[in-house]
Amino acid sequence: MPERYRLVGSKCLTCHSEFFPQRKFCPHCRRKGKIVKHDMPTEGKIFSFTEVSSGPEGFEHQTPYFMAIVELKNGVRLMSQLVDSPKGTVKIGAPVQLVFRRIAEDEHEGAIAYGYKFKVVG
Amino acid sequence: MRNVSIIGAGLTPFGERWDTSFRELVYEAATAAIADSKVEGKDIQAIYGGTMAPGRLIGQEHIGALIADQLGLNPIPSVRLEAACASGGVALRQAYLSVASGAHDIVAVGGVEKMTEVSTEEVSTALGGAGDQEWELFLGATFPAIYALMARRHMHEFGTTEEQLALCSVKNHANAVHNPFAQYRNAVSVEDVMDSGYIASPLKLLDCSPITDGAAALILCASEKAKHYTDTPVEILASAQASDTLALANRRTLTGLDATVVAAKEAFKQARLQPKDIHVAEVHDCFSIAEVMAIEDLGFYAKGKGGKAVQDGETQLNSKLSVNTSGGLKACGHPVGATGIKQAAEVTWQLQQKAGKRQVSTCDIGLTHNVGGSGATAVVHLFKRGD
Ligand SMILES: [Zn+2]
Repeated sequence: MPERYRLVGSKCLTCHSEFFPQRKFCPHCRRKGKIVKHDMPTEGKIFSFTEVSSGPEGFEHQTPYFMAIVELKNGVRLMSQLVDSPKGTVKIGAPVQLVFRRIAEDEHEGAIAYGYKFKVVG
Repeated sequence: MRNVSIIGAGLTPFGERWDTSFRELVYEAATAAIADSKVEGKDIQAIYGGTMAPGRLIGQEHIGALIADQLGLNPIPSVRLEAACASGGVALRQAYLSVASGAHDIVAVGGVEKMTEVSTEEVSTALGGAGDQEWELFLGATFPAIYALMARRHMHEFGTTEEQLALCSVKNHANAVHNPFAQYRNAVSVEDVMDSGYIASPLKLLDCSPITDGAAALILCASEKAKHYTDTPVEILASAQASDTLALANRRTLTGLDATVVAAKEAFKQARLQPKDIHVAEVHDCFSIAEVMAIEDLGFYAKGKGGKAVQDGETQLNSKLSVNTSGGLKACGHPVGATGIKQAAEVTWQLQQKAGKRQVSTCDIGLTHNVGGSGATAVVHLFKRGD
């Protein structure tokens, strides 16, 4: 799933809007739009964050962990876990960078899911 | 479109109803509403039932058929509506439209959720389905986490404090003390909330609504025939619904719900009323921050001023605007599919002056506000005394 592994989103060639996750058509231009696959920037900043103390099934071993809404350099926002980011560095506005990590494990089937996370830099 | 009135309302007690099944909850609430309305079972022409996740929570689908069967009302049409935590509000709107359109004269509408038959983890996973499975839950975002992201941003932009959020829970527990149907009829202090431990910072355990079993039901009737059944019908003045992106990250803002703003504007337009005309409001406080955002998005307060209003006590019982007199989702409880119908039942009783010790003294116009997920669905209804 390239969206999840390489942060591939969409761009509308008509109005230049960018989207993540991918969209099949541009909601602004509708049939006048032209959507193509488009790489998202790998840097951004924390728009909001929370420390999750009570994680869902599959995340027991990672709890507590930080979740954030990251605003990428192109203005697109996405939900992501933060890793390798000491508590004092996690603040609104802090610069973050894309990393590729294990997301969760299914204890029953032993399956491990991978995808994007972000870490605070600088 | 013709006018529609509520002529009967019924609730089950909300709480951990270990000894009561899904079907028994449906029966309890529906028979209470039918008895309150004075209609005969044979007068009811259709059923609308809101419920979010019975497939995961009790292994049962085909709830429309189950309800009609359970109430002995075959062969009338019966349908189940789902819009996550707004399932009840959406069911009310569909029932309202069916009477307003002239398709039916009298219908029953209800909401139900049986949540305590599975583990807390399974409930969390089921409720998580209200968000975006692929782009929120899969990545580790719980429901409290999604609202916590809104709370953090609201605090950042407007200086809203954790104490102001705590005061929503304090107020709602204080109201629930006087509600015999409420799950938690105990008062809590700001210190209790502040010391209750983070679930997803800045939200703590007592900022969050609980897991609840319960059901609620209403009987709707064309207003022209309502006086035939009751001296105190409550007229539905407006019914509006709006949608937004499933995932929080794709929204215009994190500090409010645009779907609520749109639905509220439409509802006030339909009724030719303004926010200042409302005396009692049941708003969707699945988390404390949701109540602060709701009183802003509904138009009662400017964006960013909600926390201060709560702190100043303006939303307490018989203050400037009485908000969540039932105890809200926080203290009355949140049996997900039942919530939107319970809100309308509470406003009905307030307008009929039947709310006992939690009665709002001046009470002519009421509002309900029901949200699905983190704001992808919002439903707003307005009501007034019909006598
Ligand atoms: Zn476009």
